[in-house]
Amino acid sequence: MLSILRTIWLTFLHIFHKTETVEYPEVKPYLPPRYRGRIILTRDKEGEERCVACYLCASACPVDCISLQATEDESGRRYPEFFRINFSRCIFCGFCEEACPTYAIQLIPDFEMGEYDRQNMVYEKEHLLISGQGKYPDYNFYKNAGVSIGVKGKGEGDHEEKPLDLKDLMP
Amino acid sequence: MEVSMIKILIDGKQYEVKPEKNLLETCLALGLNIPHFCYHPALGSVGACRLCAVKKFRDADDNKGRLVMSCLEPVKEGLIVSIEDDEAKEFRTAIIEGLMTNHPHDCPVCDEGGECHLQDMTVMTGHNYRRFDFKKRTYTNQYLGPFINHEMNRCIQCYRCVRFYRDYAGGKDLNVFASHNHVYFGRHEDGVLESEFSGNLIEVCPTGVFTDKTLKKHFTRKWDLSNTPSICVHCTVGCNILVSERYDSLRRIMNRYNGAVNGYFICDRGRFGYEFVNDDRRIRNAKIRPQKEENQVEADNEILTSRLKTSLAKSQKIIGIGSPRASLESNFALSVLVGNENFYHGISKKEQLLTHTVLDFLQKSGVQTPSLKQIEKADAVLILGEDLTNTAPMIALAVRQASRNIPNQEALKKGIPIWDDGPSRELAQDTKSPVFIVTPFKDGLDDLSEGTFRASYDDIAYLGFVITASLDNKFPVSITTDYEHQKFADKVASVLINAKNPLIISGITNGDEAIVYAALNIARALFESNPKCMLSMVLPECNSMGLAFIPGKSLDDLVALSAVEEINTLVILENDLYRRATADMVDFLLERSKQIIVLDHLTNRTSVHADLLLPAATFAESEGTLVNNEGRAQRYYKAIVNSNHVRESWRWIDEFIKINDQDKILSWNRFDDIVSSMVNEWPVFSKLKTYMPDSDFRMLNEKIPRQTMRHSGRTAIHANIAVNEAKIPNDSDSPFTFSMEGQPERPPSSLVSFYWSPGWNSVQSMYNDLDEPNGSLKGGDPGIRLIAPDGTVDIPYFKMIPTAKKLQKDEWMIVPVYQIFGSEELSSAGHTLTQRIRVPFVYLNRKDADSLGAVEGDRIRLVISKTNIVLIVRIENSLEQGIAGVSINLPGMPFIELPGIGNIYKL
Ligand code: SF4
Ligand code: SF4
Ligand code: SF4
Ligand code: SF4
Ligand code: FES
Repeated sequence: MLSILRTIWLTFLHIFHKTETVEYPEVKPYLPPRYRGRIILTRDKEGEERCVACYLCASACPVDCISLQATEDESGRRYPEFFRINFSRCIFCGFCEEACPTYAIQLIPDFEMGEYDRQNMVYEKEHLLISGQGKYPDYNFYKNAGVSIGVKGKGEGDHEEKPLDLKDLMP
Repeated sequence: MEVSMIKILIDGKQYEVKPEKNLLETCLALGLNIPHFCYHPALGSVGACRLCAVKKFRDADDNKGRLVMSCLEPVKEGLIVSIEDDEAKEFRTAIIEGLMTNHPHDCPVCDEGGECHLQDMTVMTGHNYRRFDFKKRTYTNQYLGPFINHEMNRCIQCYRCVRFYRDYAGGKDLNVFASHNHVYFGRHEDGVLESEFSGNLIEVCPTGVFTDKTLKKHFTRKWDLSNTPSICVHCTVGCNILVSERYDSLRRIMNRYNGAVNGYFICDRGRFGYEFVNDDRRIRNAKIRPQKEENQVEADNEILTSRLKTSLAKSQKIIGIGSPRASLESNFALSVLVGNENFYHGISKKEQLLTHTVLDFLQKSGVQTPSLKQIEKADAVLILGEDLTNTAPMIALAVRQASRNIPNQEALKKGIPIWDDGPSRELAQDTKSPVFIVTPFKDGLDDLSEGTFRASYDDIAYLGFVITASLDNKFPVSITTDYEHQKFADKVASVLINAKNPLIISGITNGDEAIVYAALNIARALFESNPKCMLSMVLPECNSMGLAFIPGKSLDDLVALSAVEEINTLVILENDLYRRATADMVDFLLERSKQIIVLDHLTNRTSVHADLLLPAATFAESEGTLVNNEGRAQRYYKAIVNSNHVRESWRWIDEFIKINDQDKILSWNRFDDIVSSMVNEWPVFSKLKTYMPDSDFRMLNEKIPRQTMRHSGRTAIHANIAVNEAKIPNDSDSPFTFSMEGQPERPPSSLVSFYWSPGWNSVQSMYNDLDEPNGSLKGGDPGIRLIAPDGTVDIPYFKMIPTAKKLQKDEWMIVPVYQIFGSEELSSAGHTLTQRIRVPFVYLNRKDADSLGAVEGDRIRLVISKTNIVLIVRIENSLEQGIAGVSINLPGMPFIELPGIGNIYKL
């Protein structure tokens, strides 16, 4: 009996507490930057696509909902010819982001992706690629890689010596 | 031969192992992983990378031990070693760490990633954090031609590439330059890699320095490819390959190990010749010609069926032309449709005669025909009139290995095991097993040759008869010859007779009957004194041998028939007749045929004449059996699901049969059904029913997956079309499934669809599928020999003595010059390989060219049996005067029958 009264009392007290419920959608809840929501593909500081079509996200994805095809531009820079995520399958686990060696694929704090037709949950590259750098500014994979694809020449990276002169006899 | 086993102790555990091996290969055979780079089973050990270090102990009391390189450590009775020893492990990690100091941050954009030996070794040794803070060494890359990409920064200096390219494959234009930590692997300057085996660098190099440029155009990671075991269709050798598919297109060809056939390597035609499967010229939809003279138009099923009904009505006499590049099953289906008496082989009379002569000889003479593996064991080789490097490249590579047998024996006598590559090559210097090359012009194997003999075909054949006479004094033909011929012949004969495993290689691609007879005679003569002698005969195409087992007449017979009676319906199976007979003959035949039905993969000169053109599945889209030149039947499986109208030829023909004769109930529902039916009809193939697991084969109730466990994108690949996942296509023809689902166990050796084992993602994981490195596949090498000589029937000598043909003024003896790139039909349609195809040319001796007033690069007109061809002059001084070598079967060239006599005019 006592415990029932106590419960009623406690519940009553809640009337005077600050409300936690938000009037969504009029009021948007706060989502931390590392919230795992909608997936985007980002660009580097120079505005070029970051994704190098390495297929690591696709292979990390536990529900196999990423599919892409690599291709190259004239300078040999690799990028995805198409990049498709089937969000009707995605479980927003973030494995793809974790696997990505270039910070290209990122999960962002946006979950408003509801659709009446499931087919509309299939996103292609034009729906995924944004024009900014997303959460991780300043990284440009090609500046760190050994290949030369127009971004930097052979041996011009920060961690690289100049290309060797093979005819040089010096030790 | 039973070898007595010895006992060794590895990490405290006793193993019984074979002697005379090194510790590394022994451990790999036992399934114990030792990291390594520079050791390759086919190349032996050199101890260059230092990664394979293990601890060796003097005896049971020694607890300190010392580090040794396992690849250079012979296994001896009582050997005590430790792989897991801490110091050894630390040493190996340190080696990797050292190599990684200069290794670029490339994995995401490196095509080797996911099947990289270096990645595997780094994970295996446990190196994971870079402590080296200084800059990385860089190199510039080279252009190495259309097949191979070069990215030198990734090199770890294991020397495998140059050891394969130079030592194993005899290439000259890849080398190591500079010194100390600057060494560079490449060419002396940018340029196309010349070796016919350059593609193997892709698999041999443990890193991404050499990668496949054709794959790069539609790059896919290994884990995303779905793979199927298959057989190369580009020559008669029948190398085993793995074909890989992604998004319904063929992505690449890799070598598939077969201990008896191609081992670790394939040639560049086989590796890069696949692009025809994806080509725009592919016939993908059925077409019909509504009326004579009208253009072909695409047909839907209804129109197609009604048209087939009129063309194939029972009242019509149907003639079928088979093909040496179609599977046994498709040829069989056609012969069932038309009946044996109306089945034609689709090859010229001469080619048919020669193939039959060869098969007959191999079946009755008792002389063995060797597998590639056996060719490698020969200790004396005579090559008679066959340009192996261009007609059967892997045989040339095998002969190259054979040339090392005698020096290897010498090394063994001095206590140097064959796997100890450095010392054994050092000891050999330039000594080689004797190889004699008798051809009309320079040969890719000339550098091995103990004696070369350059002559006209007539002289080559004549020389063959002289050799036979010197081998067997009972040779019933009296031969007179000059001193030079006699001397050469005697030398060859004495070497062959003293060899333990002598080998005669010739072939029918030269088109000269007398040479074929001469080669068979030599083999027969040699067989009298040495029953272990071998004879390898090169045939023109991937299933030429298979066709020889099947009853049927030649194309010439059919043309003759068409002169007598009009043909109602002509069914042409995967065969471009304009490559087999002169345009006049084919035109005539096609004109005399009321309805022409063509089944083929690519549009070609024959297909444009079709009234009904049906898309036939290629080797990558169908199952089939091919018989290689040693009579080994091998099966290939489909890698790509058929789309549009594309179907296996035998399935099309099955439909024809149903239309033609409703009473005939064949019920060929699956591939196995047609095999059974064929075996019943033609008992020579009886072994084909059982030599491979059939489509009911299951491992623990499941089919064998074509896809790796990591295969990605399953729920997204087709999501753009429909978000609901489509059903996995059913494959009733094979034990495989088009998915990743299946048992993790390894399938039987013939059904290995990709190489993977825990810790090993690179091709090196194939150790897991072999008895031992260089050995047979576990459970035996796949394929079955249909020729089993019993050595009882005595075949008489061929007595046709070649006489030198008399040439008139202005006349030339024209001999064929085959090209690895271009002379084969299907591979020539691929757009990458096309870049390596030469413009049709003629080889002329400089003096001959002078007499014509022509220099290198000039154009000449060749007139031969009423055919006119314009060719580019290329000076080739190894040709005798009066002989001209003409490139054969290059795209755009008309058919010419060679050898022959022709006239040459300068333009
Ligand atoms: S978040 Fe997870 S499920 Fe979604 S695409 Fe990435 S890896 Fe796949
Ligand atoms: S992991 Fe990153 S770089 Fe690689 S394909 Fe995915 S998004 Fe592109
Ligand atoms: S290029 Fe490849 S095979 Fe050659 S030394 Fe370097 S890593 Fe080894
Ligand atoms: S040797 Fe012949 S069968 Fe082997 S890969 Fe080359 S073309 Fe194919
Ligand atoms: S494999 Fe033994 S030293 Fe390289």
